[in-house]
Amino acid sequence: MTTTAPETGALEAVFEAAVAADERIEPRDWMPDAYRATLVRQIAQHAHSEIIGMQPEANWITRAPSLRRKAILMAKVQDEAGHGLYLYSAAETLGTGRDELLDKLHAGRQRYSSIFNYPTLTWADVGAIGWLVDGAAITNQVPLCRCSYGPYARAMVRICKEESFHQRQGYELLLALSRGTEAQHAMAQDAVNRWWWPSLMMFGPPDDESAHSSQSMAWKIKRHSNDELRQRFVDICVPQAESLGLTLPDPDLRWNEERGHHDFGAIDWDEFHEVLRGNGPCNEQRITQRRRAHEEGAWVREAAAAYATKHAAEHGEATA
Amino acid sequence: MTASVPTPATVPAQAHATAALSLGDDALVLSHRLGEWAGHAPVLEEEVALANIALDLLGQARVLLSLVGDEDELAYLREERAFRNVQLVEQPNGDFAHTIARQLYFSVYQQLLYEQLAADAGSPFAPIAAKAVKEVAYHRDHAEHWTLRLGDGTPESHSRMQRALDALWRFTGELFEPVEGLSVDRDALRDGWLTTVTDAIRRATLTLPDGPQIGAWTAGAGRQGIHTEPFGRMLAEMQHLHRSHPGATW
Repeated sequence: MTTTAPETGALEAVFEAAVAADERIEPRDWMPDAYRATLVRQIAQHAHSEIIGMQPEANWITRAPSLRRKAILMAKVQDEAGHGLYLYSAAETLGTGRDELLDKLHAGRQRYSSIFNYPTLTWADVGAIGWLVDGAAITNQVPLCRCSYGPYARAMVRICKEESFHQRQGYELLLALSRGTEAQHAMAQDAVNRWWWPSLMMFGPPDDESAHSSQSMAWKIKRHSNDELRQRFVDICVPQAESLGLTLPDPDLRWNEERGHHDFGAIDWDEFHEVLRGNGPCNEQRITQRRRAHEEGAWVREAAAAYATKHAAEHGEATA
Repeated sequence: MTASVPTPATVPAQAHATAALSLGDDALVLSHRLGEWAGHAPVLEEEVALANIALDLLGQARVLLSLVGDEDELAYLREERAFRNVQLVEQPNGDFAHTIARQLYFSVYQQLLYEQLAADAGSPFAPIAAKAVKEVAYHRDHAEHWTLRLGDGTPESHSRMQRALDALWRFTGELFEPVEGLSVDRDALRDGWLTTVTDAIRRATLTLPDGPQIGAWTAGAGRQGIHTEPFGRMLAEMQHLHRSHPGATW
């Protein structure tokens, strides 16, 4: 159905009023094409991050040093697959299916969070990912529970609950290492040293360089700026690092009484852009594994589809 | 033949320990193999399902090993020859069809075994089996459905599934060897297993393998601590971090 210009104007007014009144936009509601496109891009990137994000942690499932830790880690990686499922479903409500989004991921036309292009080199990295990476993700994602698009906001409520558990398990894992043997403590500190700066980069470029921010803020897809969220995260982490008995690798990190926040050192945005461009330590490895799993699984998906078709036909004949 | 069922009081503690280790190691090792799928599954739903089964099995393993001693010492500090799992569960994942064939053979066995144990009020394993059998019923359902889809899917999936069933068939005889400390009706177990597996394979338009169910010298070998070559590598990966930090807690 095509709409004429005056009709579109009226629909747009209804949409704008709903957003202004903090009402939820639902899949059957009219929405501007650009709003839909922005949401698909953001939800897809989030879904892709969940499934690519399984890789660095799954890297340690087979080496987890106790059965309790192994169970926790397997459950966590499973949760991420589940988050991927909710998010691909949320994108589907906007008219874009999972297959299409996966094809775009595999073709390099859609992104996932750059943080997963860093390697997990020791067991402590599992803790650092939980504490810092999931911690940063929660800081980013809690405001999304109030996002103007209903299905995304509702998926985020559930995801944030689970992410909060992940963050706590990471903290608890690091605490055990920090209070453990000298070698375990050193392992924890080394992991925090490597993951701290990439975690700060997870909030995206500074506000004055962020390409998508202002329109997303106006549409209430996004509620806070990148720099606001980054500051909030730093302020949360500093006392937690102290409780852990670990240090954060930033000589410029100090409390600023006047601002009521922690000042912190300059982020290496060249590194951020390099990793984004594909030159991170694991970009190639991550996407290659994802593509391989997809390609090697093609015959399984085809078999399931063929079986379903055959048996749907039988059922149809039986009831005809 | 119905095996005599000794009461717990008459079973020596050592025999109980052997039985607990056998069942616990089966669950531990299969859980580990399924955990290797994380990030590699053919479809997102199977990432969730395989991890779910792995988690159930790991939970069972922890309870069973804890009957014998410290779960981590048993999992991480035993040498290969001290593991009591059947060789079936240690077989590498192979393609998805091999994993499903392994799941079908093992979950049908485990469900029938646990049903017997759960029904035997005198068995020290009755409470554990009663809980686990509910989980295992789901594992079996998952394996049967995939056997159907792969067997009756495309020509490629059909031939892959048949190859997988054939390849793992020789590891199935060991499931029915006696286990010290475990009183079960082994004939009923074997008959029930064969009936169920035959039915699933037939419905999937596949052929029941006709080779021997046991290799000449390997009868019951896993239960006696004789394993296959891939198992040593699996344990090396599983144990290395724990062993690198003697006495550490995690």
